[in-house]
Amino acid sequence: MPAAKPRVPAIENWFTMDAEPRLLGLRDPGSGSYFFPKDVAISAAPGHAGAALEEVPLSRTGRLWSYTTNHYKPPDPYVSPDPFEPYTVAAVELAAERMVVLGQLAPGVDPTRLELGMEMELVLDTLFEDDEAEHIIWKWKPIAA
Amino acid sequence: MAQHEVAILGVGMHPWGKWGRNFVEYGVHAAQAALADAGLDYRQVEFLAAGETIRNGYPGFVAASSFAQALGYTGIPIASNYAACASGSQAMEAARTRILAGLCDVALVVGADTTPKGFLAPNKGERVLDPDWLRFRLLGATNPTYFGLYARRRMDLYGATERDFAHIKVKNSRHGLSNPNARYRKLYTEEEVLASPLVAEPLRLLEICATSDGGAAVVLTSLEFARRHAASFARIAAISTITPTYPDTWIDMPKFATDSAAGVAAADRGFKDSIASAAYEQAGLGPEDMSLAEVYDLSSALELDWYENIGLCKPGEAERLLRDGDTAIGGRVPVNPSGGLGCFGEAVPAQAIAQVCELVWQLRGQAGERQVANVSAGITANQGLFGHGSSVIVTQ
Repeated sequence: MPAAKPRVPAIENWFTMDAEPRLLGLRDPGSGSYFFPKDVAISAAPGHAGAALEEVPLSRTGRLWSYTTNHYKPPDPYVSPDPFEPYTVAAVELAAERMVVLGQLAPGVDPTRLELGMEMELVLDTLFEDDEAEHIIWKWKPIAA
Repeated sequence: MAQHEVAILGVGMHPWGKWGRNFVEYGVHAAQAALADAGLDYRQVEFLAAGETIRNGYPGFVAASSFAQALGYTGIPIASNYAACASGSQAMEAARTRILAGLCDVALVVGADTTPKGFLAPNKGERVLDPDWLRFRLLGATNPTYFGLYARRRMDLYGATERDFAHIKVKNSRHGLSNPNARYRKLYTEEEVLASPLVAEPLRLLEICATSDGGAAVVLTSLEFARRHAASFARIAAISTITPTYPDTWIDMPKFATDSAAGVAAADRGFKDSIASAAYEQAGLGPEDMSLAEVYDLSSALELDWYENIGLCKPGEAERLLRDGDTAIGGRVPVNPSGGLGCFGEAVPAQAIAQVCELVWQLRGQAGERQVANVSAGITANQGLFGHGSSVIVTQ
């Protein structure tokens, strides 16, 4: 058996890698707004550009806002399995943050059984694998599944 | 009525297709057609604005210069504009404001593109700070992915059906059948559309707009200049190039997440609604004054959203408008009489200008078999990646 490859996040500091993963966002204590991803570390709420933002884990669960299954292989830099397999992208609304966050649907979930409004939770899965590592990403999974 | 009008003295296009030639050639073709239509010589042009193309190297980034050079440098000031799908509107706005400021009387606006095959893809390289690169890398969120999300939500919220989406494609294919500038001139049936392969469920291949080569141009002038040169002319009554207001709670390309409405309350109506309402306000007109509309049907389903966004009906009523035939030629307010993106495919920097060309031909009664009856005013609407609103109102 080849040694297990290290599991590394496909992008640093966007989510935690523990058993109950959380997306990492920013919160502006002044305006009460949340931000994800943390790509620009300033508050985008007008009048709050100078706010000191704090890193916060976002809600682990939310409700399905919409979803779609892609049947064509996307262009680079998406790393597709060979042969290509269709995958589903879900949009999930977080109640406390009042924002919709995208993520792929967890493997093993039949997308035809999805219904808008159903409760979803954040899980980790492999985005792609190369010689060095398994690159991990967040995905959404129905809680009932 | 509108306080800030300019005249559209000439319009011109290079047919859409997959020609594979230099984009400058399409732009020059369209510019010369627009100048001939206006009865002007390029040497009378005092300002040239262009929509940039990011897919044709340096000459694309400096598109206005590329066109000015190809038309024969005359020393005039120029402006190259990039706002994704809204680039053409920003170029028209640059020309309009320059005319209204009294800095010139005659401006030429050009957009043209040569596109690669397949999905629109992000720029090459390892671009971990570029959200457009990251959404492909981390999510596989292509443009049709977002269209699929919207379409699915419409089905759930408003009872849209896959047949409604196919109906849009069929309607527009009928509209564009006789348009000499359209790339796809084939009449489809709903069955053919529904038999085409799924791309981003529930949307199918025939419902997703392709990328095309093409070019479009308009000659804008002051009203005083136009009155001296033409007995009648179309006018631009409004150009809206607005950005969203925080928080934008719609999951627009290329975002991973919407803005949060937890701290600052979201407006009742979203960004896409505000694009057209800003144009109506400028023009002093309302949706009820529009004889027709050209909207950005990047997917068939997206056209339904636009009916509501431009105020042709209330949210949730677009399907009824479609099913009643209101938005087909012959109906109450035809939408996309040109055939829309479904018949053209998208030539990004040219498309917003092409929408205006169609309105002008319709206003003049020069649209041939696709002519809409009794046209007095029309509106265009589109939205460019990264929050670029675009809407133009054209009147007699």
